[in-house]
Amino acid sequence: MSLNKVHSTPEAALAGFLHDDMTIMSGGFGVCGIPAALIDVILDSGVRGLTLISNNPGADGHGLGKLFKNRQVRKLICSYAGDNALFAQQFMAGEVEVEFNPQGTLAERIRAGGAGIPAFYTRTGAGTVIAEGKPTAEFDGHPHVLERGLRADLALVHAWMGDTEGNLLYRMTARNFNPPMATAAEVTVAEVETLVPVGSFDPDHIVTPGIFVDRLVAVGAINKHIEQRTVRPRPLAAEA
Amino acid sequence: MPWTRQEMAARAAEELRDGFYVNLGIGIPTLVANCVPPGMRVQFQSENGMLGMGPFPYEGEEDADLINAGKQTITSLPSTSYFDSASSFGMIRGGHIQLAILGALQVSARGDLANWSVPGKMIKGIGGAMDLVAGVRRVIVLMEHISKGEIKIVEQCSLPLTGVEVVNKIITDLCVFEVGPGGLVLTELAPGVTEDEIRSKTGTPFATQLH
Repeated sequence: MSLNKVHSTPEAALAGFLHDDMTIMSGGFGVCGIPAALIDVILDSGVRGLTLISNNPGADGHGLGKLFKNRQVRKLICSYAGDNALFAQQFMAGEVEVEFNPQGTLAERIRAGGAGIPAFYTRTGAGTVIAEGKPTAEFDGHPHVLERGLRADLALVHAWMGDTEGNLLYRMTARNFNPPMATAAEVTVAEVETLVPVGSFDPDHIVTPGIFVDRLVAVGAINKHIEQRTVRPRPLAAEA
Repeated sequence: MPWTRQEMAARAAEELRDGFYVNLGIGIPTLVANCVPPGMRVQFQSENGMLGMGPFPYEGEEDADLINAGKQTITSLPSTSYFDSASSFGMIRGGHIQLAILGALQVSARGDLANWSVPGKMIKGIGGAMDLVAGVRRVIVLMEHISKGEIKIVEQCSLPLTGVEVVNKIITDLCVFEVGPGGLVLTELAPGVTEDEIRSKTGTPFATQLH
């Protein structure tokens, strides 16, 4: 691993890391906070048979949705897939395997994977199909389900700002799954909108410490997609 | 006359208490945010990583980095905080959220909830519903009493479950049920709605303690 974590292009940041049949975690909620530039590198690389771990399969033509369109995905581990029609077709046709998780179970499995916790008990999903085939145990009078920690070969994250040490800051709800995923893979590559020198951040404000980031690349202000544009009318000028 | 969606949301808002942290589901529950009594401090959680959800933005002020769990653009408040998905569900699963108001496909007499999939239809996924019902202190279902003639309040759910014995109260366009240890208790009727009408539109026996 190069001592210099900063790479000049998304292609260079992922060079040597991509191969067929690998498991990739990708941050984001819907298409908010997705590592869009790094996903495009996977698309262009043509690697196939991928297992993706992500809350959602992107949207049609956006984010991970591009990898489904290009038939590079064998399996998706997610919590919700309702907003991508093309993905739905592939799923119904049996072309993509899907493992649905409760969203909190998915987040905690990733957190646990990154923290060296191989399994944990949770009340979530007890008595439902989620518990089928899994060990269960009663604690404090309630049934709990044993869930496994989750790790990947590669984690892709999107951050608002990063420094050359790999310390990351996020912006609003674009944070979502990115910080836990950064901890839970053999290799983590971060795309940041703005790259700054070490020492630029107040250390008290850093969300992802650089130990979790192997490589990073600045991608600038990218054109971000909004899935549900909802607004309210402005008050009349006289009232304002 | 049945309650309108707005009236249902207003009835659900009577369950809010000063200082509550609350998670609202998609659909009619979302309307509850507009019914907080003046002077009451309630913080709404969005499980994608935000406490203190503000209203929709003015046109032209939408920000792709600021969305709710329904992926709609929203705004922040002075009290807002942001956090990652694992922390967000730590709040939910750790019992720190006092109240969740959710929609349902079916609710059973003992408070089982089914709200995520219908056999034969495309499974969209689970999202945060199973975590919410497992971890939030009090769960209220807010829904139409029946859907296209189908009875939704049943003896036993036939649809895949979201959680077992998790619902505390059911508010519909026709009435309010408490879910008690012995089953459902009818506590309120919408104006002009009779107990007989409720009986004909409910798939399980219930006790009546109107107040």
